[in-house]
Amino acid sequence: MIKLYRDIVVIGGGPAGLAAACSAKEEGADKVLILERDFELGGILTQCIHNGFGLHYFKEELTGPEYAHRFIKEVEKQDIEIKLNTMVLEVTLDRKVYVVNSEDGLMEIQAGAIILAMGCRERTRGAIGIPGTRPAGVFTAGTAQRFVNMEGYVPGKEVVILGSGDIGLIMARRMRLEGADVKAVVELLPYTGGLSRNVVQCLEDYDIPLLLKHTVTEIHGKEKLEGITISEVDDKFRPIQGTEKRIDCDTLLLSVGLIPENELSKKVGVELDSVTAGPVVNEGRETSVNGIFACGNVLHVHDLVDFVTKESQMAGQWAAKYVNGKMEKRSNKLTIQVGKNVRYVIPQRIELNDQERKRIPLYMRVTKPLRAVDIVISANDNKLLSFSKPYVKPGEMIDLPLPEKIIEKLDDNSVIQVAILEKEEE
Amino acid sequence: MFNTKQNVVIIGGGVIGCAIARELSRYNLKIVLVEKEPDVATGTTKANTALIHAGFNADPKTLKGQLNMKGNMIFDQIVKDLHIPFKRIGSLVVGVEGDDLSELEKLLNRGRENKVEGLQIVDQKWLRENEPALSDKAKAALWAPTAGIIGPWELTLALAENAEKNGVKIMLETEVEDILTGDGDVVGVKTNRGIIKTDYVINAAGLFADEISRMAGIDKVSITPRVGEYYVYDKDRDFNVNHIVFPIPTKISKGTIVTPTVDGNLMIGPTSDIVEKKSQLGTSREGLNKVFEGAKKLFPRISLKDTIRVFAGLRAADRTEDFVIEAAENVKGFINVAGIQSPGLSSAPSIAEMVVTILKDEGLALDMKDDFDPTRKKPIHFRELSLEEKAKLIQEDSRYGSIICRCEIVTYKEILDAIHDPVGARTVDGVKRRTRAGMGRCQSGFCGPKVITILAEELGLDPTEVRKELTDSYLLSYKVKELLGSKVMDND
Repeated sequence: MIKLYRDIVVIGGGPAGLAAACSAKEEGADKVLILERDFELGGILTQCIHNGFGLHYFKEELTGPEYAHRFIKEVEKQDIEIKLNTMVLEVTLDRKVYVVNSEDGLMEIQAGAIILAMGCRERTRGAIGIPGTRPAGVFTAGTAQRFVNMEGYVPGKEVVILGSGDIGLIMARRMRLEGADVKAVVELLPYTGGLSRNVVQCLEDYDIPLLLKHTVTEIHGKEKLEGITISEVDDKFRPIQGTEKRIDCDTLLLSVGLIPENELSKKVGVELDSVTAGPVVNEGRETSVNGIFACGNVLHVHDLVDFVTKESQMAGQWAAKYVNGKMEKRSNKLTIQVGKNVRYVIPQRIELNDQERKRIPLYMRVTKPLRAVDIVISANDNKLLSFSKPYVKPGEMIDLPLPEKIIEKLDDNSVIQVAILEKEEE
Repeated sequence: MFNTKQNVVIIGGGVIGCAIARELSRYNLKIVLVEKEPDVATGTTKANTALIHAGFNADPKTLKGQLNMKGNMIFDQIVKDLHIPFKRIGSLVVGVEGDDLSELEKLLNRGRENKVEGLQIVDQKWLRENEPALSDKAKAALWAPTAGIIGPWELTLALAENAEKNGVKIMLETEVEDILTGDGDVVGVKTNRGIIKTDYVINAAGLFADEISRMAGIDKVSITPRVGEYYVYDKDRDFNVNHIVFPIPTKISKGTIVTPTVDGNLMIGPTSDIVEKKSQLGTSREGLNKVFEGAKKLFPRISLKDTIRVFAGLRAADRTEDFVIEAAENVKGFINVAGIQSPGLSSAPSIAEMVVTILKDEGLALDMKDDFDPTRKKPIHFRELSLEEKAKLIQEDSRYGSIICRCEIVTYKEILDAIHDPVGARTVDGVKRRTRAGMGRCQSGFCGPKVITILAEELGLDPTEVRKELTDSYLLSYKVKELLGSKVMDND
């Protein structure tokens, strides 16, 4: 068995892993290695051939492969080592990474620091338990996207999409552009899960019907999908009897949520957040295990890759500092607690010393769509600052700066609360 | 299609047909097994609770009662010879507050009549120690240490492979259209691929056994499909049980069972509801709710958080509610092996032995082969090996270093083997049953496209010709731009 040492091992060569690796190198880490299970770098971006990437980060509109390519070029320029077609089997507490590929066989890589950037997977039919038969023709939207954009095959020509997450919306348009009849996008909630711009550009522009407060209640067809039954749901998301409608279709695409892929993290004992399904981290994206960092969709599911990049750069920088002995923890560890209407906030704790920083970005999501809100940050029940927003949506992550000036003044072990309040409530 | 006459044609590639094929392959006989689907184990065999019951449930006067325990006892040898995952983890029939606990005594006595060994009634203290997640209301249980869990499709594949190794011809995608008789004797089987001449026909057609029986002019079998619905849980989950746990049974069903699977998943189910048509193979909201409520009675802490799949299977229940295993009176050479519902999987080996006896009684000359080989080579499952073994294996064949299914850690070489083995996979689900690729938490979201590509490459197909499971279950219908037809502008 080959044994190696690398200062930083990045698990995953998607947008998170690429950005983290580049930043770690820039920050002074010497030997940086990216492990990628696919045959090329870029992760899910390689199949996202639509545009709309990079508006925040590059201030221009790129396709997924173009966005990935900018970082891949940077990885090449910085001479970062890459192993493709390489699967990580196990990570240990003392940061040994066991990996396998067909060229090197099984390898034991001792890492100075590890950056987890494995991304996420799609929630499946089985996870949400849609009743009915099990014919061919039921796919998750991301898998269908791979078939169409990478493999060059279209699953069918009469399509229904369950779930209005971004991938579902993008695939509604993609299937329409392939000449398929996209009969409906069906959404359980009273609002869409994806970005507003995707609702407009992918559904409205193509007259694809969006059925809110509906779900698929049965799948029909023995060998090949023949149709589905949809029903309206009540306020508790229970199908309402008598509202069943059959839609004939040969393809059902599911866009019903993404789940961070934390099986490796769990095995090594990284503490996970039950809401994000990703690790609990500090502002440097270090997990509960020293020297193991996490960023991108393995940490929490993002809607914009631009924020994945920014988050992963932080993880890369701090991982490099960790390896070079420059990561200092402050005495006053602060905990961040979610308040009213907030689903989660990343990071969950603040504990690093950084002389240079002016602020820490707080990434958060709201539990339901709200208009005219104040996002209020307080500590130990004293209001510290608040931000006004015309609207907030669960599908759009909020990024707010927490100034270092405020953090400095907080007592040891303070608890910071973040709440999102409707204006008339105050 | 065959110029020479066969001695025996077996109809149906489920666990029963394959067990009979393998048992008969011990003798110098010409045997063909026909199966209408592209793989063995695609019917009731693949969709059940995957248990080897101890054998205390059925009335000793029935075939179910007589064959279950006997079958159970043969499994030790079969799993050793054929390398099939099997664990005798034991079962518990649990009585909770409000149940009639005397039912446990009745089951115990019936089990003793059926000669089931090791049965014992255990108390609440025993249950707390040995099955801690059980409800506080659990009072006592019947513990049957000989009950076990098995991989039903792995068993069936192994039986089929071993039968083929010993000379049985297995014909997939071969659908029986008629049973040919002459002067009251079986003379052949008409299939979609031609006529097979034979002296004996064994009807192990599962759900369709009544239709096959009627083709021979025998109206004795009447199959009423009864659906059972299930949830399957991720290997990685918050909740665990140690035994196969049943509630106290009702007249028609053993109730919602909570059991680990031999592969490390957890399964809850089944329901037991009559359906009108054999094509009604699906789950329902009501059924799935019933399963979950049933499981919660025994295990109040169970949730649906870690489920990865729902499925339904159809029991091939005969109107007698017993197995129908007998030679036809009026058509010599036709043998029904029908109505095989639970405990059919458990009884498969003893059913096969019984069929051999019937054939002998019916005049088939049974001459033991000198070169019968009861063993199958141990299949390689990369994920089960130690790091050292993995390293060594990749050194021997680098294709073991290429992981195709990330959830279940299945390698490229394992998938190639699954396709090229004697009874090889032709479909995506066929690959899944042989390797577990696609059986994990992403449910083939990631490996699905790769498996389709490999199947297409290895079988010389276009990806649009690759099927999921059944005859017409094509996964990809068109090439990109194909649907647009004339609307595509050609820039060349």
